[in-house]
Amino acid sequence: MTIYLFYFLSFLAILSGLMVILEKNPIHSVLYLVITFFAIAGHYLLLNAQFLFAVQIMVYAGAIMVLFLFVIMLLNLNKEAEPHKNNAMKFAAVIAAGLLLLVFVAALKGTSELPAPQESVGDIGLVKNLGKVLFKQFLLPFETASLLFLAAMVGAVMLGKRDTK
Amino acid sequence: MSAIQTIPVNLYILLSAVLFSIGVLGVLFRRNAIIIFMSVELMLNAVNLLLVAFSSYWNDAAGQIFVFFVMVVAAAEVAVGLAILVMIYRNTGSTDIDVLNKLKG
Repeated sequence: MTIYLFYFLSFLAILSGLMVILEKNPIHSVLYLVITFFAIAGHYLLLNAQFLFAVQIMVYAGAIMVLFLFVIMLLNLNKEAEPHKNNAMKFAAVIAAGLLLLVFVAALKGTSELPAPQESVGDIGLVKNLGKVLFKQFLLPFETASLLFLAAMVGAVMLGKRDTK
Repeated sequence: MSAIQTIPVNLYILLSAVLFSIGVLGVLFRRNAIIIFMSVELMLNAVNLLLVAFSSYWNDAAGQIFVFFVMVVAAAEVAVGLAILVMIYRNTGSTDIDVLNKLKG
């Protein structure tokens, strides 16, 4: 049962991921990207990462996608006629990405057999356990992340502001 | 019970590799800067998925914390990147990256 769910979610993620880059209209690309994020969120749920499932839906499918849609509509990019690379460049891109995938798969084939997975003890993906690890083991990175957010926020406002000179 | 008990971890590695390659393909394939941003998000998500899979595999919460930090960086990157994109659109009138060739010698 789980394996069929895995194959379904993987198929959905890969198909909509491909549609993101093949779709000509940027609005459709964003909507396909939302489907990809939901499929990956489903994978998180299968892997018992319930907290990350919620965060994925809220941050990616919610906040980041709204930001993308907002910018696309603000810039009025929803026209079908948009610039495309010439065919030689497209061919080279497909070859390059295909070779990268080939290297990944070849590296995977070269690995020795992995040991059996650890027996799961309790739910490490719940917010109770993740919070303990986050605020004990990773307290300094957590605080640094807040600084990063502040810097990004100030930077985005600075960049987005119209010059009043 | 976690899915990692029944699904071999190799399948997760393969799925992540395919999703990452799709992201690389998108960056190379398209000229619209917004689609390139989306492809970068796709690559980040492929890495996140693999981190969660191995976190579940080794029963170690640190992997999921790292996914949390990757999401933080991705959110900051999107905010700054889209601000830059709006500024580029204001100055050049398009989001075509081939217009931005001033650094070419």
